[in-house]
Amino acid sequence: MTYITKPRLHHPSLATNQLGYTRRDYEGSVSTLCAGCGHDSISASIIQACYELDLPPHRLAKLSGIGCSSKTPDYFLGNSHGFNTVHGRMPSVLTGANLANRELIYLGVSGDGDSASIGLGQFAHAMRRGVNMTYIVENNGVYGLTKGQFSATSDKGSKSKKGVVNHDSAIDLVSMALQLGATFVARSFSGDKTQLVPLIKAALSHKGAAFIDCLSPCVQFNNHAGSTKSYDYVREHNEAVNRLDVILGRHTIEVDYAPGTTTTVTQHDGSVLNLHKIAEHYDPTDRLAAIAYLSERQAKGEVVTGLLYVDPEAEDLHAGLDTVEAPLNTLSDAELTPGSAALAKINADLR
Amino acid sequence: MPSPLKLTNDFVVKFANVNGSGSASANSMFAKSVLRMGVPVAARNIFPSNIQGLPTWYEVRVTGAGHLGRRGGVDLMVAMNPQTWDKDVAEIEPGGYLFYDSTKPLPPSKFRDDITVVGVPLTRITNNAYSVPRERQLFKNIIYVGALAALLGIEIGVIEQLLAEQFAGRDRLIASNITALHMGRDWVAENLKPIGLQVRRSDGVGDRIYVEGNQAAALGAVYGGATVCAWYPITPSTSLAEAFTSYCEDLRIDPATGKARYAIVQAEDEIASIGIVVGAGWNGSRAFTATSGPGISLMTEFIGLSYFAEIPAVIFDVQRGGPSTGMPTRTQQADLLGAAYASHGDTKHPMLLPMDPGECFEFGALAFDLADRLQTTIFVMLDLDIGMNEWLTEPFQWDDSRKLDRGKVMTYGDLETGKEFGRYLDVDGDGIPYRTYPGTHPTKGGYFTRGTSRNPYARYSEEGSVYVDNVQRLLRKFETAKTLIPAPVARPAKRATREGVIYFGSTTQAMHEALDMLEAQGRHIDALRVRGFPFADEVNAFIEAHERVFVVEQNRDGQLRTLIMNEGGIDPGKLTAVLHYDGTPITARFIAGEIAAHMGAARQPSYTEAAE
Repeated sequence: MTYITKPRLHHPSLATNQLGYTRRDYEGSVSTLCAGCGHDSISASIIQACYELDLPPHRLAKLSGIGCSSKTPDYFLGNSHGFNTVHGRMPSVLTGANLANRELIYLGVSGDGDSASIGLGQFAHAMRRGVNMTYIVENNGVYGLTKGQFSATSDKGSKSKKGVVNHDSAIDLVSMALQLGATFVARSFSGDKTQLVPLIKAALSHKGAAFIDCLSPCVQFNNHAGSTKSYDYVREHNEAVNRLDVILGRHTIEVDYAPGTTTTVTQHDGSVLNLHKIAEHYDPTDRLAAIAYLSERQAKGEVVTGLLYVDPEAEDLHAGLDTVEAPLNTLSDAELTPGSAALAKINADLR
Repeated sequence: MPSPLKLTNDFVVKFANVNGSGSASANSMFAKSVLRMGVPVAARNIFPSNIQGLPTWYEVRVTGAGHLGRRGGVDLMVAMNPQTWDKDVAEIEPGGYLFYDSTKPLPPSKFRDDITVVGVPLTRITNNAYSVPRERQLFKNIIYVGALAALLGIEIGVIEQLLAEQFAGRDRLIASNITALHMGRDWVAENLKPIGLQVRRSDGVGDRIYVEGNQAAALGAVYGGATVCAWYPITPSTSLAEAFTSYCEDLRIDPATGKARYAIVQAEDEIASIGIVVGAGWNGSRAFTATSGPGISLMTEFIGLSYFAEIPAVIFDVQRGGPSTGMPTRTQQADLLGAAYASHGDTKHPMLLPMDPGECFEFGALAFDLADRLQTTIFVMLDLDIGMNEWLTEPFQWDDSRKLDRGKVMTYGDLETGKEFGRYLDVDGDGIPYRTYPGTHPTKGGYFTRGTSRNPYARYSEEGSVYVDNVQRLLRKFETAKTLIPAPVARPAKRATREGVIYFGSTTQAMHEALDMLEAQGRHIDALRVRGFPFADEVNAFIEAHERVFVVEQNRDGQLRTLIMNEGGIDPGKLTAVLHYDGTPITARFIAGEIAAHMGAARQPSYTEAAE
C-alpha cells in the first residue's frame, strides 16, 4: 500500500552502480507486511539484484496477482510501472504486457495461493508458452491475508497454527515448471540472500520463462512446530545443489574455480552463470535428471534449493510468434494501417 | 390447388441438408451465382452445433428490391435431408415448389397437393457417373446446383466462372466440377421445364461487396491498429480471430524482415484472453479478444478491472442464444445488459452496435480509438446473424489521412518539461486522465496500477471521499463517451406521426422492410436506429416526441428497452416491446405483424409469423 513514500534524500556517501543509481533508488514504499515476513527479505533481494545488474529501474515492469506476496511490488522499484492485477491472473496480464513491448524486463510476483490454487492454469500456460519473464512465487504454504488457511503447496501431514492437519497432497510448482517447459527453474529460501540474489540476477538475465519458487515463512500463520514452511524446518531440511555467481556478459571478470566443482553456463545475453556444485553429479542443463533428482530428495523430506535447471539456448514466445524486433506499442500508423489501396483490392475480392 | 407461384427476382429458396455432406460450398455458390447476375441476395446458414450428421439449412432470399433481412416463408424447398423431410415440406408456401431426389419412389402421403413437386433422380445420376463414395457425395451437390440453374434460369456460365475462381490453379478440379454441373443442367433440360421462380439478370448489386461480419470486424481491427489478439475458440466468434490471423498474414508483415507486426495468442480460456488484452492495453498496444456470451461471463472480473483501473480493451461479442450454453449456433441479441453492466460494483461500458458487415468494419476500427481515448473496455456487439452470414454491404472505405487516436498519453518530453502527472487526475474536466506507458522515463511518470481504490496520484486510499470523487469522475468520463459513440440514425415516416420505433444491429434490414410494409398499409412510424451505448440525447428526445415507441429486438426480456428506461429514466408504459427470440433471425413479416397488431388498425397484414 502506498500510504507512505519514503524520503528521497540520499546520503552522499551511498555507493552507486554503473548507472549512477544507489541501492535506495531501487526501493519502493514502506512495506505494510508483518515484521519478519519472509516476503520482505525477497523484496530486499530483488532490490539488490536489480542494483547489481545496473538495471534502469523504469525498464522493468512488475506485475502481481492478489495476496500478501502480490502486494510487495509496491515495496521495491518505486520508479517502475507496477500492476497489481486480479487474483491468479497475473501470468496472462504479464503475457499481454510482454507482447506489447518486448524490450522491457518483466517481473511477476505471486504467492502459493495465487499461483498454485486459483491461478494454477495461468501459471502452467505462461510457463509452456515461454513468456520472457522472471516469475517468483513467494511460497509460505498458507493464506496469510485471510488469516491462516492451508494453501495448495502445504505439505500433506503439516499442521496449521490451529492444529488442523492437512490431508491433501501438496502441489510442487518446481516439478510442474520443469514438466511444463520452463527454461529456468530454481528454488530458494527467503532467509538465504546469498543464494537468492544471484538466482534473481540470473533469472532476470534469462531469455525465456524463468521460475523461482522461494520458500518464505509466514511469521504469523506458518512458522510453528508442525509446519513444513517455517524458518526452522526449511533450514534443517534444505539441501542446496549449487551456489551461483552471475557474471554479466559486459564484465570481463576472470573466474577461477577448481574444476570438478563448478559448471559454467553462458546464457543468450552473454551473462555467465558459475555454479559451484555441492551435490555430486548434478547437471543443471538436464531437465529429466532434474525432475528425477527432485522427486528422490522430496521422498526423503529434503527441500532441494539452487538452480535446478537452465536451458541457456532458450527461446521465448516472441521467437515462436516471429514478431518484429521493435516493440509492438511503438509501431507507427503507417506500419499498422494498410491504407485505402489495399482495401480496394480486398473489396474487389469480395464481389 | 392454388396456381403455382410466378415470381421473378423475388423469392426464397431453402436448402435442407445433412451437416458435413459438403453442401455448404455448393449452396453458397448458388447464392453467389444469383449475385453475379446482378440480383441482390440475403443468405443465411441455419446450422447445428455439430460437425457431421445433424440437419442444417441454408436459406437464400433472392431479392431484386434489395431486402436483406429474412423474409420468412419458403417458395422453393430443396429437400436433401430425409430426417427433416416432413417439417421441410410443411414449410413451403401454398403454390410453392419442392425439389427432391426422385431416385427412390416416395408414397403420395409424403407430398402436398398445393405445391409443385420437382423430382430429379440425383442419386441415380451420381451413381451412374461416379464410383468413389466421397466423389458421389460431393458431386451430387454440384449436380443439384446445375439442375436448379436450369429450373430457375441462372446462367450456367456464371457458375462455371465461380468454379474457375474457387479452384483457380487446379484445372482438373475445375473440369470435373463443370462436368457435374452440366449433368444436372442437362437432365433438367431433357426432362423438365423451368419453374415459375426465375432469376433475371439485373443491375441491383452495384459495387457492393458480399462478406461476413466476423471477417469485416477482423479487417476493422487490422485497420484500427490492433497488434495483440488473444482469444479462445467459441461459436460464433471463432471466425473473427481466424480472419484477423489471415488478414495479418497478408497485410501486417514487415516487408524488410518478413516478421510479424502483430501477436496472436490462442489462450487457455477466456479469462486468460482478456488478461492478455488488459496487459497489452496497459502497456500501450491496441489489443482485443473475440468471444460470445459465455466468454463475457468468464471475463467479467477483468472487465471491472479495465473499468476501474482505466485500461483500454476491445471485446467483440458475437452474440448467440443464451443463457448458459443456450443455443450456440443460433442468433440472439441477448448479451446487451450483461455487457453494458459487466462486473461487480458500479460499472458501465460503452458498446457499439453495428447493423451489418459494413459497420462491423467501421466500428471494428473505431473501437480501438475509443478504447484508447476513453481508457476502458469497448464492446462491439455483433451477433451470429451478422457475424457468420455473408451480407451484401457497401464497399469498405478508409481515409488515408486518418490518424489513429492514441488518447491522452504523456510522453518522455511532457514529463521532462515538468507537466504535472497524476494518473487519475482530471486535468481537462472530461473525466479522462492522462496515462504513461511503462518504461517511459527513468524517474517520472511511473505509477502503480491496481484495482483497489486510490487517489488521483494512484496512491492507495480507502478514504470515502477519495473513492467518491474517483467514481464520480468515471461517470463524467461516461458522459464524455456519449459524444464519441456513433449517433443514432433517424428514418422519419413520410407523414407526421406519434408512433415511433427503436431498433439496432441485425434487426435493421428486416425493420426497414417492415416499415415499408406498414407504410403500404397506411401505418406511419418514425424510426430511430441506435448505434451505441451510452445513448446520445437524441434517444430521449425521440421518445419524448412520440406517444408510443416500439422497441424491436431479438431477446426475451427487452434488454435494449430496459437499458433505455434505466439510463434515460423513461416511463416503461411508453415503450412497447416487440421481441423475437427463437434463435432464427427476425423477419420483416414478424415485425410488421406484431406492430400492426399493437396499432390495431383496420387492415391487418396478410399473415403474421409467430415466434416459434
